[in-house]
Amino acid sequence: MSAPFFEAHGISVQFGGLKAVDGVSFTVDKGEVFTIIGPNGAGKTTVFNIVSRIYDPSAGKVVLEGEDITEVPAHRIAKLGIARTFQNIELFEHATVLQNLLIGAHVHRTTNPVAEALFLPSVKRAEVALREKVEEVIDLLDLAVHRDSMVAGLPYGARKVVELGRALCTRPKLLLLDEPSSGLNVEETEDMAFWIEDITKDLGITVIMVEHDMTLVSRVSDRVLAMNQGRVLAMGSPAEVQRHPAVVEAYIGAPAGPGMAPLEKAS
Amino acid sequence: MRFIFKTRYEQDINLFQHGGQMFWYAVLGLVLMAAPFVVSSYVLTQLSQIFIYSIVAFGLMLLAGFTGQLSLGHAAFLAVGAYTEAVLAIAGVPFLVSVPLSGLFAAVVGIIVGLPALRVKGLYLGIATLAFGTIIEEIIARAEPITGGNAGLMVPPINLFGLRFADGPAFYYLAFAFALAAGLILINILRSPTGRAFVAIRDSEISAQSMGVNLAVYKTMSFAISAAFAGVAGALYAHNIRFLSPDQFTVVQSIELIMMVVIGGLGSIHGAVYGAIFLIALPQAINAVKPFLPLFLSEATGLQPTIFGLVLVLVVLFEPLGIYGAWLKTRTYFDLFPFYRQGMFRRQKAFQKSDRLK
Repeated sequence: MSAPFFEAHGISVQFGGLKAVDGVSFTVDKGEVFTIIGPNGAGKTTVFNIVSRIYDPSAGKVVLEGEDITEVPAHRIAKLGIARTFQNIELFEHATVLQNLLIGAHVHRTTNPVAEALFLPSVKRAEVALREKVEEVIDLLDLAVHRDSMVAGLPYGARKVVELGRALCTRPKLLLLDEPSSGLNVEETEDMAFWIEDITKDLGITVIMVEHDMTLVSRVSDRVLAMNQGRVLAMGSPAEVQRHPAVVEAYIGAPAGPGMAPLEKAS
Repeated sequence: MRFIFKTRYEQDINLFQHGGQMFWYAVLGLVLMAAPFVVSSYVLTQLSQIFIYSIVAFGLMLLAGFTGQLSLGHAAFLAVGAYTEAVLAIAGVPFLVSVPLSGLFAAVVGIIVGLPALRVKGLYLGIATLAFGTIIEEIIARAEPITGGNAGLMVPPINLFGLRFADGPAFYYLAFAFALAAGLILINILRSPTGRAFVAIRDSEISAQSMGVNLAVYKTMSFAISAAFAGVAGALYAHNIRFLSPDQFTVVQSIELIMMVVIGGLGSIHGAVYGAIFLIALPQAINAVKPFLPLFLSEATGLQPTIFGLVLVLVVLFEPLGIYGAWLKTRTYFDLFPFYRQGMFRRQKAFQKSDRLK
């Protein structure tokens, strides 16, 4: 059997006395949608920050296509083919949507600053080529109406899509989506689900996402990992994980034991 | 109101969006070309000074307005450029060699001054650059054998292809050409990947990083380019003033420079020029109205800094995009007349206020 596409091996991270992530391991196959769920503070975003190299893990390693990326600096990650979105949207507010997407294509620049300062014909050609690639993403995500708007003036739902688009502009192999549906209404969540399906099926991009909306999770995910307090609770298909006793316990609490009075009688 | 129908990507890349723009810039260019034949030699010197400060403003705008890095030591770069030029000119180095060297040396100093930017942000960076600026001012004052120390240094006039660019129209055209070139370089950088990386750093360092922007490289580059602009401007400044002393490049000068870009409008190329015009024209305007003021006001010391400060406070409170913002609103008002709404620019404004010094 060949090495898995992506592998997190026993990653841990500690903030002071708090073990935010404690020995989490999982593998993701190529073309899969892999979802991490868990209550607040479970360590989901921390796992993302380790994978995108914003945090250094205190133990464990992260492997992409057989290459250990645990020591790679954060700005090299995009070049290796990992792109991400942020839970609280980290767009470039005072730039237009188009400029945001072009920054997403930054790793594909072919020109050097000296040629750019003189704006040689080669720079102009490179810019047009970059723009053509970005326009493909604009078409895919229906962003044409917002193309020249400032991000600062866009509604929340549109910003979420712009952020997804910016991540796609890096032309990633692995896409990390941090709560893609948070703050979106039902219709926008529906669109997001379609896009995630398109991204995996048509563009062949592997997706790891953190998500709370179980409808979206069940619909798009191939496998789900449930976490609580930095540890893995369960892993498997969406239905399996939702039924798993440890997951139910983490979300709702332990079932009534023999020593406890059932609720009906207490009232 | 004008609607531009875009059919090619080049239309977004080109310098001019439509013929009207090209026309008005051409008119402006012609007026500036004709100015020496019309205005007095005093006004001409002031215009040259505006060109020189525009170059500084372009550089500082790139750093503060587009990369979001505060520099309170910018006068030091101006000083490094001015003194390098003066020393080289005295040694007989031709102008076309000494100016690039002045810019280059200022850029090297800029890289050193920019080192703290890799670690600290906002006000702390401001304090660090302020300290560096003071140190450089002090070094210039102490390095008497080279700089003449506090006694000052006389600068010989520019000799270019056997022509003497001492003052008047010749120097004016030279300064104009340099300002034009600096503006073009700034525009070119900003419409290409490097400029977008700067903007990315300004708006969100964490996602800039995730998009593959190497923060250390680009912050250093921004400091270097910005300092190089100031260095070249300093070289012209040296020839325009013709006498250099360390007290021309104090912390107060640095603060005036940062005020120039804030009042002009952070994050706009036009704003840089407006700021430079404001910085040069305000003292003149104050002098012009002084005779009409009551004695206790016109005789008061520190009238100019007070007015500067007042304008800065008012701009930050009411027009965060500075003179450029005011112009933008006026233009939009007439563009959309009678459909302009009061709150059209509000969202951006609310955001800018809280995020100013992040």
